[in-house]
Amino acid sequence: MATASLHLDPAQETQLVQQAKAGDLDAFTQLVNRYDGKILRLAKHITQNQEDAEDVLQEAFLKAFTHLDRFEGGSRFYTWLVRIAVNESLMKLRKRRTGKEVSLDAPVDMGDGGDAQSLVREIAVWDDTPEKRYSHEEMRGILDQAIESLEPIYRTVFVLRDVEELSTEETAEALDLTVPAVKSRLLRARLQLREKLTKSFRRTGDNAFAYL
Amino acid sequence: MLTCKEFLGWLNDCLDNTADAETKAQVEKHVSNCPNCWVVYDTTKKTIDVYKGDAYRSEPQPVPESLKAKLLEAIQRRCGAKGSKGNSEA
Repeated sequence: MATASLHLDPAQETQLVQQAKAGDLDAFTQLVNRYDGKILRLAKHITQNQEDAEDVLQEAFLKAFTHLDRFEGGSRFYTWLVRIAVNESLMKLRKRRTGKEVSLDAPVDMGDGGDAQSLVREIAVWDDTPEKRYSHEEMRGILDQAIESLEPIYRTVFVLRDVEELSTEETAEALDLTVPAVKSRLLRARLQLREKLTKSFRRTGDNAFAYL
Repeated sequence: MLTCKEFLGWLNDCLDNTADAETKAQVEKHVSNCPNCWVVYDTTKKTIDVYKGDAYRSEPQPVPESLKAKLLEAIQRRCGAKGSKGNSEA
């Protein structure tokens, strides 16, 4: 299993993709080895289901392999792969929630802060050391629950930007959205998470309003 | 001075360090005069930090050996199909 840096160096990645395009199966296997764990994690984040995530992993790499000739190399192979995996993950969600629309294109405000204002309700400073209040497992549970409660469009953007640490441009490319659309979804995702976490992490007692 | 609504519009850029110096200065001025927006800024920043700090989320998830074997086998089969049928989907 790959334990070295999470990403291949771009030149190495390009070379492997070229070899794979020319029919070199070993080169493609190396790309699988490098990215399968990341894609599995990402699919799990979006689908919130291990079985679905494993299906997504399989389908995403198979699609990437089948359509490798369509990858033009203008972007990173990993971003292209993420795009396929995100689409497969959303398809899984659609199948599971029959009748419920799961789309990345749902209209949201364009990030001028107007609509986002309605998402700010809890105004409370946080405890400086929540880790003293909660065990490691409890903390993880709180974070997991908050992220799971987000709608898929917000969860996906947050995961790509703030967990996977893709740039705004890479995220836009992976999700086939414009940069302003990514920004407005990210703002809403962050504010919704902030709201949920405040319920667990707010400072209690005499110091709760010390900021005023 | 910025309004609270304008502050929210710039929040992401400030947190991501992509705001220009003038915007940053205006946001800083706003939060130093508006306790509520200061809290929103501080707790949103902590929200991002707390997720980034929990490294397991961004670490690759171990892929079960059986799943990996199944995947590589499927790719190999697809490779054969690709070779015999050009680029058509199997």
